[in-house]
Amino acid sequence: MAGGREQRRKWASRAVQAGFLVVLTLLWYLATTRWGVSSLLLPNPVRVVQQLGDILRSGEFVGDLKITVAELAAAFAVSSTAGVTFGYFLSRSPYLVRVFEPLLAGVYAIPIILFLPLYVLFFGLGPASKIALGATISFFPIVLNTLAGFGNVERTLVVAARSMGASDYHLFRYVLLPAALPVMLTGLRMGFTVALLSIIGSETIASLAGLGHRIVYLAESMEMPRMFAYIAFVVVIAVFLNTVVSTFEGRFRREP
Amino acid sequence: MTPDIAIRVRNVTHQFGEEGETRHVRALSDTSLDVKRGELLCLIGPSGCGKSTLLNMIGGLLTPTSGTVEIAGKPVRGPLPHDIAFVFQENALFPWNTVLENILLGMLFQGVPKAEREARARRSLEAVGLADFAQHYPAQLSGGMRQRAALARALSLETDILLMDEPFGALDEQTRMVLGEDLSVLLSRARKTIVFVTHSLGEAVFLADRVAVFSARPGTIKQVIAVDEPHPRKPAFMTSDKFTALRNQLYGLLHDEIRKTMAEAT
Repeated sequence: MAGGREQRRKWASRAVQAGFLVVLTLLWYLATTRWGVSSLLLPNPVRVVQQLGDILRSGEFVGDLKITVAELAAAFAVSSTAGVTFGYFLSRSPYLVRVFEPLLAGVYAIPIILFLPLYVLFFGLGPASKIALGATISFFPIVLNTLAGFGNVERTLVVAARSMGASDYHLFRYVLLPAALPVMLTGLRMGFTVALLSIIGSETIASLAGLGHRIVYLAESMEMPRMFAYIAFVVVIAVFLNTVVSTFEGRFRREP
Repeated sequence: MTPDIAIRVRNVTHQFGEEGETRHVRALSDTSLDVKRGELLCLIGPSGCGKSTLLNMIGGLLTPTSGTVEIAGKPVRGPLPHDIAFVFQENALFPWNTVLENILLGMLFQGVPKAEREARARRSLEAVGLADFAQHYPAQLSGGMRQRAALARALSLETDILLMDEPFGALDEQTRMVLGEDLSVLLSRARKTIVFVTHSLGEAVFLADRVAVFSARPGTIKQVIAVDEPHPRKPAFMTSDKFTALRNQLYGLLHDEIRKTMAEAT
């Protein structure tokens, strides 16, 4: 059966991926124990794991995690609401699309993280500047994809719905929204990812708390094993959050 | 005003853009036409002659630049979902809904009470021979089956008038012949008034009670030919002398117009 073969192929690539990670960790271990790499640059993986265990047991991470996740949630709430609303209303007018689409795409190409010092000036060192920056950066992929989703609905479908007597609400709920949803969800997922990146990133540059802040703090106090443990922890959290969002996206994308 | 006229088109002109503009196109020029209740009228002509434009104006999807269209004596000012259902060339089914959901949605738009929808949807699926494919998505069906589904959706709306814009235009010759036969059988039962746009001479003669032949752009109706043959029509009709004679007559009428269109294009 074709399904079984596909399954096998999937497992095979999973095995290769796992093998790659194992080899990498092994090389890491050998580098620190046999090849004399300074433990200041690269701590022993065993010690990193011990530190990670300590962080999880002590619950020390909870405060920082709460702050980072709260910042992320606030930023994403703002950017998704604003992005979807603006995107939809702009898409209703070909004139507005012509004016704003290139403008938004242009700003999207700028590394907005450059404005972090300004954001810190305006909003302070606390979570507000992280939320504002994360919301700004994630606004662009969301608004652009919403615009593209609602802007490229097959015209025949709209005409067909109108000919059958669809009201404005019907048209939105049963034609425009399902047509735009896949592209829009991709934009939301991209927005979520860049919000996470920019929030943790800006925490490492200028902040008072949060996971990014903790990592830089440990680096500055030369606690390398613990810093690596925190990095591993953040990676796991990021992978987990992105998986949740992707699953959510896949669920809504009901395609034959 | 005779009650036998379902659709009355009077001196209708349609142009895109204003006179003098580069985008100005006169798609249809001073056209008049009566469609009798219960007849199937085919519109045929060279591409760009305005036959689809006329169909869309009858359906209220386009507003004439001048002239009037009346349905059952009332002037058309927009879509009339209770009087008119459309079958488009292709891609008019919602791809994210199953065949059944597509049909139910059409009735929801039209305002059919919820309790009636399911039974009517099943009946119309039965009529087009798609009862076993209710739960399929359009992408899982062949082109011919998708058009059957689109037809089922239009039938479920139970309108007096059906407007079909090259519904089999994207299908291969064999499929469109079979669908044509089925349509003829279906229509002899349904007693609907139908306006059917087509490119195919054979399809026009096989399906129509009357065929309106368009002239090249700016299009208008050049001549209307009657096909005096009762529905449902059998495949044998296609090999009869009468069929051949009518087809040749249509070809003669169209030939010059198509030449004119091609000369304009080069």
